[in-house]
Amino acid sequence: MSASPVYLDAATAAPMHPVARQALLAALDDGWADPGKLYTQARRARQLLDAAREAVAQTLGVRADELSFTPSGTTAAHGAVLGGLAGRRRVGSTLVHSAIEHSAVLHAAERHVAAGGDAHPVPVDRLGRLDLTAWSDAVRGPGVALAALITASHEVGTVQPVAEAAAACADAGVPLYVDAAQSVGRVPLPAGWSVLTASAHKWGGPPGVGLLAVRKGTRWESPWPADEREGGRTPGSVNLPAVVAAAASLRAAAADAAAEETRLAPLVDRIRARVAAEVPDVEVVGDPVLRLPHLVTFSCLYVDGEALLHALDRRGFAVSSGSSCTSSTLRPSHVLEAMGVLSHGNVRVSLHRETTEADVERFLAELPGIVAGLRAEAGVVGL
Amino acid sequence: MPDEVLDCRGQRCPLPVIAAARRMPEVPVGTVVRVLADDPAAAVDIPAWCRMRGQEFVAAITGPDGPAYDIRRAH
Ligand SMILES: Cc1ncc(COP(=O)(O)O)c(C=O)c1O
Repeated sequence: MSASPVYLDAATAAPMHPVARQALLAALDDGWADPGKLYTQARRARQLLDAAREAVAQTLGVRADELSFTPSGTTAAHGAVLGGLAGRRRVGSTLVHSAIEHSAVLHAAERHVAAGGDAHPVPVDRLGRLDLTAWSDAVRGPGVALAALITASHEVGTVQPVAEAAAACADAGVPLYVDAAQSVGRVPLPAGWSVLTASAHKWGGPPGVGLLAVRKGTRWESPWPADEREGGRTPGSVNLPAVVAAAASLRAAAADAAAEETRLAPLVDRIRARVAAEVPDVEVVGDPVLRLPHLVTFSCLYVDGEALLHALDRRGFAVSSGSSCTSSTLRPSHVLEAMGVLSHGNVRVSLHRETTEADVERFLAELPGIVAGLRAEAGVVGL
Repeated sequence: MPDEVLDCRGQRCPLPVIAAARRMPEVPVGTVVRVLADDPAAAVDIPAWCRMRGQEFVAAITGPDGPAYDIRRAH
């Protein structure tokens, strides 16, 4: 295979930032001891952990003691949801959430429902934007313990009206949890939330580091067995070298975020326009304007999503898909379903700091032929 | 009641959508075709196809034959 690899799946995992690699290697030498102990090696580890926490807290605009490092974005989301519900169980047992939350949030919601609680999903429109009227009505309902809203869709990129949703929550006295995995390190964070989570491998940090921030005064109670580490919010010893690398790369990503947004957003505009113009029968989905700078999703009519991923992979392109045939459950993406847009033949392209204009041009040059080839093979040309 | 039934049970998406797209131009305008499709993606993709092609999505029903989708040829 002669095609050079073009990695376009940053929304799953961005290539590691060089700063993360450097910090990781240094911390492997220097930060392997348990930061909780009372000897020299431990004190060094403690310094590294404290500095990492301080740096990340500063970038997020939170206090260091409001922030915990978790083993992933998924466990952070589980803790955010279940802990937010546990902390307010005397108020009620209803979780309000958008229909397009990440599966980590939805799986925590399922756990809550299985234990006798309620979950109230709020719909989105065709562009994947929260229905604010339905949201406001839902959070004002009786017994709402927590509301959960993703800052921007990980599948279609649509930025959510977090400020307005937060105002509705404040009026109703309901704490708001935001899953900011696709925003942290890329775009400014919205205000008005009580609990926030993120994931380091989305911004160029290593996999296996999540963030959980719980604002002072929020009634949040750890849903896990007791453990005093990380403010009592997440059990187990932290992967300190990875945490150090996550913190260093977040600082670097945040410093470059505005410039990267300026560089990547027009490339996404170009993909949106050219795919719509040059691939017949394609639906480019998500909000064209109120969107993440680095992510675009489209669906190709009559094309099998799995076949499309394989065909792209053979030409060196790594992308993701929300089509049912590409998921282990064989169900279409709940996000595309909630939006009511075509789910088969779906491709998500997400860019990162190493993505060049030439990469995007090669993708755009090859895609129409790849789709046409699959359609010809399936005998669906002209339908 | 539909005018005819297209049995796509056991087929995975996009096959039920392709079957509908093949059949609709062959029936007279106004005809209602019922697509039987148990692939969960059909619930999303058949209405989306109707929207993209300007055909009328009448309803999704669950009958004795499982999930089904009625489409009326609009043009
Ligand atoms: C919006 C969102 N939330 C949560 C997660 C989970 O993060 P992690 O991969 O670190 O478990 C992801 C990544 O898949 C995500 O995109």
